Amino acid sequence: MIGEVRFTDSVADLPTHKFGPSSLTWWGIIGFMVIEGAAFGLTFAAYFFLMGHEQGWPPVGRAAPSVLAGTLFTIIILLSEIPNTMIKKAAHEADVPTIRVLMPVIVAIGVVLLIIRGFEFNSLNVRWTDNAYGSIIWALLLLHTSHILTDWMDTVVLWMLMRTRLAYEGRRLVDVDENSLYWRYVWLLWIPIYLMIYWVPRL
Amino acid sequence: MTDAIRRSDALKGWRSSAEHEAERREVEEEDRRLAEERKKIVRDGPKLKGEKLAARLHATWRRPRGFIGWLATVDHKEIGRRYIVTALIFLALGGVLSLAMRVQLARPDQNLIGAARYNELFTMHGSTMMFLFAVPVMEGVAVFIIPLMLGTRSTAFPRLNAFSYYMYLFGGMLLWGAFLLNIGPDIGWFAYTPLSGPQFSPGKRADIWAQMITFTEVSALAAAVVLTTTILKTRAPGMTLARMPLFAWAMLVVAVMIIFAMPSVALASSFLISDRLVGTQFYNHFEHGDALLWQHLFWFFGHPEVYIIFLPATGFVSVMVETFCRRPVFAYPVVVLALISTGILSFGLWVHHMFATGLPRVGYSFYTAASMSVSIPTGLQIFCWLATIWDGRPRFTVPMLYVIGFIFTFVIGGLTGVIIASVPLDLELHDTYFIVAHFHYVLIGGAVFPLLGILTYWYPKITGRMMSETLGKIGFWMILLGFQLTFFPMHFSGMLGMPRRVYTYPAGLGLELPNLLSSIGAFVVAAAVLLFVINGVVSLYRGAIAPPNPWDAASLEWATSSPPPVYNFEHIPVIESRTPLWDQEGEFPVVTGLRVDDKEMLLTTVVAAAPDLREPVPEASLWPLIAAIATAVLFVSSIFSPWAIPFGTIPAAIALIAWFWPKEIKRHPEPVIT
Repeated sequence: MIGEVRFTDSVADLPTHKFGPSSLTWWGIIGFMVIEGAAFGLTFAAYFFLMGHEQGWPPVGRAAPSVLAGTLFTIIILLSEIPNTMIKKAAHEADVPTIRVLMPVIVAIGVVLLIIRGFEFNSLNVRWTDNAYGSIIWALLLLHTSHILTDWMDTVVLWMLMRTRLAYEGRRLVDVDENSLYWRYVWLLWIPIYLMIYWVPRL
Repeated sequence: MTDAIRRSDALKGWRSSAEHEAERREVEEEDRRLAEERKKIVRDGPKLKGEKLAARLHATWRRPRGFIGWLATVDHKEIGRRYIVTALIFLALGGVLSLAMRVQLARPDQNLIGAARYNELFTMHGSTMMFLFAVPVMEGVAVFIIPLMLGTRSTAFPRLNAFSYYMYLFGGMLLWGAFLLNIGPDIGWFAYTPLSGPQFSPGKRADIWAQMITFTEVSALAAAVVLTTTILKTRAPGMTLARMPLFAWAMLVVAVMIIFAMPSVALASSFLISDRLVGTQFYNHFEHGDALLWQHLFWFFGHPEVYIIFLPATGFVSVMVETFCRRPVFAYPVVVLALISTGILSFGLWVHHMFATGLPRVGYSFYTAASMSVSIPTGLQIFCWLATIWDGRPRFTVPMLYVIGFIFTFVIGGLTGVIIASVPLDLELHDTYFIVAHFHYVLIGGAVFPLLGILTYWYPKITGRMMSETLGKIGFWMILLGFQLTFFPMHFSGMLGMPRRVYTYPAGLGLELPNLLSSIGAFVVAAAVLLFVINGVVSLYRGAIAPPNPWDAASLEWATSSPPPVYNFEHIPVIESRTPLWDQEGEFPVVTGLRVDDKEMLLTTVVAAAPDLREPVPEASLWPLIAAIATAVLFVSSIFSPWAIPFGTIPAAIALIAWFWPKEIKRHPEPVIT
């Protein structure tokens, strides 16, 4: 500062971590969620825009995607919110043992989901090169898969971190909290995509 | 981290098992010891201030020495300066292209530049100016000045900030490298399908354009997250939202607009690349795709983009008007609301770029009304500035002259904007030089003039020296008059029917004179920009040494030395009004208690700016650069093979993990020596 200063309050006793909107991490995560949400919203818009050009949806002469793999995926990803909520709660309570038990569970669920996702791609009954319908269906599924994959990698790294003594740092618990928040976002996004890929073509 | 008491409270909820119990006891033990140590921790305060404090802070905050340190820096001032210099280089490159085009168009039926090369020139000019100059330069200025304005020591996510710069740099190098290798894009800055699709643009030119977009989108989005979080969370205590400088408001609105607009062009260009590379059919009419999908997605980004460039400039104008009229901007809440409503309205205008594609009647009426309505908040801002000037005591320094030049020029551009918001006139004037005149009036008049003003204004803060007023004034009059000479005649060549993006025109249609005038004017503008650069370079060595507050301004960036030390402020200031440096009598209130032995910044609450958290600031790191290089390799090679995406992701992911690996908090505090 230029010139004389007058000392008012001290911030020395402020904490170095808090959960939720106080933390920078929360704002960063929300920022990227909104960015991705905008991209998904526009992809949805493109889907309905292209749908308006067709006589039928799926286009005449094509079968709608088979629902089995996608429905199984949906059930598992919705159930994954149970351990996810438990981890979020454990992070708030600084309950490191519970986090250490549940992180590998979440990672394993991610592996199962990615395997089922492979079968989903196989059950679309259309290739991305066939027509604009195929292109947009594949785009939706790929975009969502990229989110599953990045969150899965993030969770693996976080799991490794939580196995070390860094797990006791409050800021790492905030990371666990935000990772759970992001997972919620990933499965919430899936619901409209599931409907658009599997059920809108059956209307 | 060292918050021992809080942690041991939290530990009570633990479940016991032998292993965890032992670990828990160990951690508790260390916490107890740290609680003792914490009492000795170094803090600023009455016992530690002045030079002794400055030396400690400098040792803590300075980046590693040498070239590696230079590459690894996370100092927002260094990154901001690099952003500005890089963007000005791209401005010069884009400007040279426009001179080449003006030489070709100076006389009818010339063949100095052929049609194909001319296509490349206007594509490169538009893409460079929009993606590599206008948006990045605004971000660069904001990255430099916003933390200083807000009274904090760093941006939020400083490494993301560094990554954002490198991505921008690599995107620019890709575009210009390709141009120099004669594979530069030639499809216009808007890259309309089907022209840019696989059928009509074989080769790699269109892919280069589309990937350049991806680079600059990643960069702009990263910078937008950095700026939003910085503005909301790191303001000095007491700087409530209602006391925030108007430039910070403008950048907050712009950052949120980037977050909503840029994904649209990123999606559009991803669809385009996949159409070209892996045979999707998004834009292919024959497989029930639609070329208009491109236009919708592109302009849903493209129109807000114009305001992403313009709103920071209105922030500059508010800053300069306030300082040089020595009066707070008239009707602060109106200006803030105008910024926000312009931001919202700008998302409802994109279809006015598509009037000529054929729309339902309701669409015509709606988008005409929306396009005209956006002139209302902008008009309100202009009246607020005029009232400020009228009520204040204006000093006509160079920055203030640019403000006047801005108001004059921008209003003309705004009025032609209202004209072409009307569908019948738009259908007549679409794709003619009238449109070229219109958007250069609003973009150069509305954004470049305030930018040149604000660079002159903040030059002393950036470099520690003043720019020459004499050279500045000569340059201002040259650019103002040269600009009118260049672009005013284009209204007439447009009304006479001269189409855009065509490399020549026939003699005898009355187009000779306006085109010759435009070409002469372009060289005057170029000379003026050159003079600005010369002024900037010469002043770096010969300019008068700048005091901390050379313009007698009111905001916090002037409360520290010029240029500021690496840690920005020795103590974190406390704000009690909108114009703190004018209202302060006697001692300046500050808070004490941030660590001095470790990089730490103060976070405050979003609305009231009450102290909330102490936030450890990341150290300088090479990982953002390495992540940017890995991402660049991924993007560039994906032009050639889709397999680049799965394989290229691996090094990028490794770099990101290394980057985000947490910083261990310094557990052994340096004791106070008093």
